[in-house]
Amino acid sequence: MIFGRSERGKPPVEPVTLKILVAGGFGVGKTTLVGAVSEIRPLRTEELLTEAGRPVDDTSGVEAKNTTTVAMDFGRITLREDLVLYLFGTPGQERFWFMWDELSEGALGAVVLADTRRLEDCFAAVDYFERRSIPFLVGVNCFDDAARYPAEDVRRALDLDDHVPLVMCDARDREAVKEVLIGVVQHAMAQASERRAAVTT
Amino acid sequence: MSADGQGSSHWFDDEAGPVVRPYAMTRGRTTSAAQHRLDLIAVVVTEPHADDPEDDPTLSPEHVDIVGLCRDSSQTVAELAAELDLPIGVVRVLVGDLVASELVHVNRPVPPAELPDESILRDVINGLRAL
Repeated sequence: MIFGRSERGKPPVEPVTLKILVAGGFGVGKTTLVGAVSEIRPLRTEELLTEAGRPVDDTSGVEAKNTTTVAMDFGRITLREDLVLYLFGTPGQERFWFMWDELSEGALGAVVLADTRRLEDCFAAVDYFERRSIPFLVGVNCFDDAARYPAEDVRRALDLDDHVPLVMCDARDREAVKEVLIGVVQHAMAQASERRAAVTT
Repeated sequence: MSADGQGSSHWFDDEAGPVVRPYAMTRGRTTSAAQHRLDLIAVVVTEPHADDPEDDPTLSPEHVDIVGLCRDSSQTVAELAAELDLPIGVVRVLVGDLVASELVHVNRPVPPAELPDESILRDVINGLRAL
């Protein structure tokens, strides 16, 4: 085996990586939330939609445009040298569901951000995670100019299952977002131990 | 990263968009053999013996970039895509090539349906609290 110049430095650390998704309607503050805790300015990754996306991607009127770009913003939190958490903002438009499937694979859990002025925008995300039994938490992003509603009312309007946590938050506030993320992980832990109990009995 | 002169004489700017269609870098391939889909947070690490990828005529500049980026610190597929400004699908194919030629290896994240160890989740919670 040839080792060449490998003695120059230590081999890089190979961390355990985990991801949490941030979902919700367009303009609800997904990237703001990611940016509030990320150690890097949220980065953007893109995927091209071509043949595979054609049946669902309505390009009538713009036939000349045969590729579409799906963009996802993500941030990174290095918890320890060997433990790194990534936050992925899901693409807002529902026609990009296929990207959600791939994003949610192996995800620890998800945050569904909601805006009380347009609650219906997050129905699709709630539905998505419910059906796939992906642990999620609803964060109500309290915009300055939006009326405040009691958590119970929001919960009822979303028809949330009792076990799904719902918290009020400010997506710009680092401490608030930390609490939201801790809530997701705690919920994921609880759901996992329930599942384990169900398997063993 | 140093461009080593190559590419410094561009007469067009970013507004022009990519001059080479993205999948031309993969010679039209959208999947790579022997490699199932790499997760966005799969970690790519350069092998210690991958010393002079520039000298390998079979590698494209993008391959060389990936080997270089993952040498000093490991990078996830998503980070590589953002750093190199390439679509994720292209990065997957290129990383697949590099794995096949044993210049890098990939650490997959915890497989789906198999939540990470409870102790890891506890570490995550404690880590977030300590931020």
